[in-house]
Amino acid sequence: MSASTRMSSRLAGWLPRIVVAPSLLVVIVTVYLFILWTGVISVTSSKFVPTYDFVGLEQYVRLWATPRWHTAVANLFIFSALFLALSTGLGLLMAILLDQNIRAEGALRAIYLYPMALSFIVTGTAWKWIMNPGLGVQKVVNDLGWTDFRFDWITNPDTAIYTVVVAGVWQSSGFAMAIFLAGLRGIDNSVIKAAQIEGASLPLIYRQIIIPMLRPAMLSVIVLLSYIAIKSFDLVLALTNGGPGTATELPSTFMFSATFRRNQMGVGAASAVMMLMTVAAIIVPYLYSELRSENNG
Amino acid sequence: MAEALSQSGKARLGRLFVYGCLVVVALLYLMPLWVMVVTSLKPLDEIYGGSFIGVPKVVTLDAWRAAWSEACIGTECTGLKPYFVNSLLMVIPAVALSTGIGAINGYILTKWRFPGANFVFGLLLFGCFLPYQAILIPMARTLGLLGLAGSIPGLVAVHASYGICFTTLFFRNYFVSLPDELTKAAMVDGAGFFRIFWSVILPTSIPIIVVSCIWQFTQIWNDFLFGVSFTSGSSSPITVALNNIVNVTTGRKQYNVDMAAAMIAAIPTLVVYIVAGRYFVRGLTAGAVKG
Repeated sequence: MSASTRMSSRLAGWLPRIVVAPSLLVVIVTVYLFILWTGVISVTSSKFVPTYDFVGLEQYVRLWATPRWHTAVANLFIFSALFLALSTGLGLLMAILLDQNIRAEGALRAIYLYPMALSFIVTGTAWKWIMNPGLGVQKVVNDLGWTDFRFDWITNPDTAIYTVVVAGVWQSSGFAMAIFLAGLRGIDNSVIKAAQIEGASLPLIYRQIIIPMLRPAMLSVIVLLSYIAIKSFDLVLALTNGGPGTATELPSTFMFSATFRRNQMGVGAASAVMMLMTVAAIIVPYLYSELRSENNG
Repeated sequence: MAEALSQSGKARLGRLFVYGCLVVVALLYLMPLWVMVVTSLKPLDEIYGGSFIGVPKVVTLDAWRAAWSEACIGTECTGLKPYFVNSLLMVIPAVALSTGIGAINGYILTKWRFPGANFVFGLLLFGCFLPYQAILIPMARTLGLLGLAGSIPGLVAVHASYGICFTTLFFRNYFVSLPDELTKAAMVDGAGFFRIFWSVILPTSIPIIVVSCIWQFTQIWNDFLFGVSFTSGSSSPITVALNNIVNVTTGRKQYNVDMAAAMIAAIPTLVVYIVAGRYFVRGLTAGAVKG
């Protein structure tokens, strides 16, 4: 083998790594280095622009002493819990119903899933109008004769967060449905047949056999919906703009307004780090287990 | 006999119940879209007269015209048109870039595996689940330093960068199931790295290219966070402009224009969904790495 062909074959061996290197570099910089950078800013006294004087955990102390942040965290818990429970429950129910040899399955599935194609800003705009107490659903029901009916959640600070739940569930439950349906289609029919021959009723079969078999799908749904919940930002902004007052503030909107509206970049960075840690605590074990089981099986 | 009859009657009732539930839920899901469409077609007086869910008495496209070319975003009363163009200028290069790069990455990570390839994939994968708040400030600074702040090319760069994570996931998971014999045979025939990619791999990957393009298009078109953080005024994408129109606080609120504007922002992704919904679902469920 001549020197030049050896050279070129060695180059060919390196070629894949050379080609993948730029993307890797981009991701290392824009994901990992930027995370680190945000972390650094969170331990400085940055306000309008980043300054690089170390102040320890002062910004974190300040963050946790901010009532608005407490509201945001409490809202995240309320919102995530309801959003997850309702989207998962509704998604599972729709998937099970759709799995009963339904005639217009394709069309129904398309209807359940179309909100996923919309921007959260569009969703928020539409639901803001629907839940408008003066002209929206409340008015319609009042006109039908139920004059005492009230659906003014959006203007009431105590209930406004539930409007975000409603719109969020509308947008995302179809997504849960799609994953559950894929899971249901993967279940061997003979298991169900066997149970039916044993005389088990359909609800019992679902409770005892099928739903437990959907565990991997359930895990995916819960993890992915949690991620959607934590990063929810546009929906709140379009629907309530964090209000009334700060009633629907979430960590994502808090981070944005602290950083870009209130010149508290250090606090904003600290809140971003808190968000990242929450997401990482959910996602990293999930990805790890998914990748490992993929390699094993 | 009687028992058999009541059995089949019960089953019929069961079917009826299943269909009933499905249709009621479907109507609930369609309701917001219906409300948006009819509201956008009504004159404002009819809306303030208390018509919400009903069919418009008078159908007018005035609200659509206003949303498209007259409504005020900030101090500029240009309608959504220029912002729609901004979004197009942003989404087309960003989709092309991220899909192209993702395809070649997926090809390398499956057919040219090197030590550490799995680790590289893991690094990229976490990028799919990054809460973008964690990178907003550094990205804003970097765009400023590069002279890309507040510009469409800046947004293209941002979307393409983070899009690589998703597109690599799509293509990698697709190529993993392509038999290695395909590339091995081509190699024996003397085809090189790019040659195999171009004439062996790409022709088999039309479905996943469609999935990737649709997913990226929907994500980038619908993005709001990057748009609102990195642009201002006339360089904003359509989602930001829509939010501005809706949040105008002066004067009598023009709900019909708001709804027409929301429809204009929604139509591109809705059309893609209607035309290629099957592929959209595949992209969606790809996030559940194994489904």
